Amino acid sequence: MTVTNSDPRAWSASGSPLAVQLTGVSKNFGHVRAVNNVSLQIASGEIVAILGPNGAGKTSTIDIILGLSEPSSGQVSVLGMHPRKAISRGLISAVMQTGGLLKDLTVRETVEYMGSLFARSQPVNEVLSGAGITEIADRRVGKCSGGEQQRLRFALALLSDPELLILDEPTTGMDVEGRRNFWATIRKDAEQGRTVLFATHYLEEADAYADRIVLLRHGSVVADGTAAEIKAMAAGRTVRATLPGASEAMLMTIPGADSGEVRGETVLVHSNDSDAVARYLLTQTAAKDLEITARGIEDAFLALTGDDTSASTGAI
Amino acid sequence: MSTVASTIAPDLSGRRAPALGGFNFTALKLEVRRLTRNRRTIIISIVLPVVFFLLFGLNKAYASQTAGPGAHGNWSAFVMISLALYGGVLATTFGGAMVSIERAQGWSRQLRLTPLSPVAYIIIKIMAALVLGACSVAAVYITGVVTHKPSMSVGLWIGTGFSVWIGSLLFAAFGLFLGYLLPAENVMQLLGLILALLSFAGGLFIPVSQYAHTVQEIAKWTPLYGLNQLVHTPLLGNGVDWTWVVNVVAWLILFAGGAVWRMRKDTARV
Repeated sequence: MTVTNSDPRAWSASGSPLAVQLTGVSKNFGHVRAVNNVSLQIASGEIVAILGPNGAGKTSTIDIILGLSEPSSGQVSVLGMHPRKAISRGLISAVMQTGGLLKDLTVRETVEYMGSLFARSQPVNEVLSGAGITEIADRRVGKCSGGEQQRLRFALALLSDPELLILDEPTTGMDVEGRRNFWATIRKDAEQGRTVLFATHYLEEADAYADRIVLLRHGSVVADGTAAEIKAMAAGRTVRATLPGASEAMLMTIPGADSGEVRGETVLVHSNDSDAVARYLLTQTAAKDLEITARGIEDAFLALTGDDTSASTGAI
Repeated sequence: MSTVASTIAPDLSGRRAPALGGFNFTALKLEVRRLTRNRRTIIISIVLPVVFFLLFGLNKAYASQTAGPGAHGNWSAFVMISLALYGGVLATTFGGAMVSIERAQGWSRQLRLTPLSPVAYIIIKIMAALVLGACSVAAVYITGVVTHKPSMSVGLWIGTGFSVWIGSLLFAAFGLFLGYLLPAENVMQLLGLILALLSFAGGLFIPVSQYAHTVQEIAKWTPLYGLNQLVHTPLLGNGVDWTWVVNVVAWLILFAGGAVWRMRKDTARV
């Protein structure tokens, strides 16, 4: 499932350019490697979540896709061209979480200003009504509420009718209703072919709204698959028992064991077939005090993105 | 994983970059509107120079004496030119320094996600600053016309007014440089103070020849000195001293170079 990249020309099999193609992209800030050898291919019309805890490299990766920073090594292309070129043609836009608005302009003036910068943009009144901000069009941006400002940011992002829409933590601060409406709009957009890439650290949001989830940890892609595949990965159980003298190599020989770890006299075996593991431990070894616990999707997320080195890693 | 999605091929044929790097008059109009919306900017750069002129430029002695041997007008005209220059440089400095606020509010980053090129952006900022500068110069000159005190030929009215306005361009570069250099909250107040000091040093309020010798020598190196001398030359008819030109060119290179340097640093990672 982890995408290996074999096509540097950034064209998909059907002959149209990929919305996003990263090939072995790394980004260093001094001695810190914020993005580490990330390869990623996103086709047109996909809704992809970049999921990871703070500091996992989400923002750095997005900055590279937006052309705001150049990778230290590796290649990036958006719709088959350099990100800056795609930006100049109005093909990419982004909604940032905060800032990005001038307080001394009115809502309408902000839309007019941004719209004037593109070769072609949607009519101002249409954009205002589409985002539901016609009533506040003459209000100064500085006097708008956080939610109103977010709707304005979203309206601005759609001005140039972009092919790729990038959202950084898009629903932070929205209520449940607002969140649902927001994603309904995004879904409708994606059906018309718009590619959506959003960064989040909410697992449930990625689960509910993305076709595909890319998990980042310490700047590397640790998993890349559909929400269902990520869930399947998390569906396993953990068998815990007391077994003196066990080694991890020995645990891995247990039928059905996906991974194992030893903590003193306690052993933990992760498996999709916990019954087989339990049967084996109780019949073939001296294990006792056996417990079986379900591993939730939260655990999988933590296991994949956390610092615990014993966690299962790698592609699914 | 996305067989449906990948069959939709985006049509990129109609997509092009805007002409002139995104420069356009809608953006310029909105930038000017922003400048005129800031009450403090208007009071300091337009109202204040007019008030100064009404207070210090209209007394009888100034209106009756020529502005020096060989001068083509009176002292009142001399003071009017000085205060128009003061207003002009305040306006263009403020206009340039707006980038400081835009950076603080994340607007610069937002603009980086549009086709607007950094050069087109800077040109829009400078043109907006010049529009406000023209208003400042015009306000002082119109006050001069209305009060009937300044006296010089029509050609000199136009020539000096135009020189002051074009000269204030130097301070658009100054404002841009400091706007990129300084934090947003207090940049405007700080610039008002710096410009008052530079105006004294440049001889806009009191002729430099009135200062002590040491102060005069220092004043000749300050950025408003050369410009102030040059814009008064047509009135005084005293010929151009090459050191004034060197002063203006050197400061222009410094301010513009500094602005480009800070802007490059800023756009490297916004």
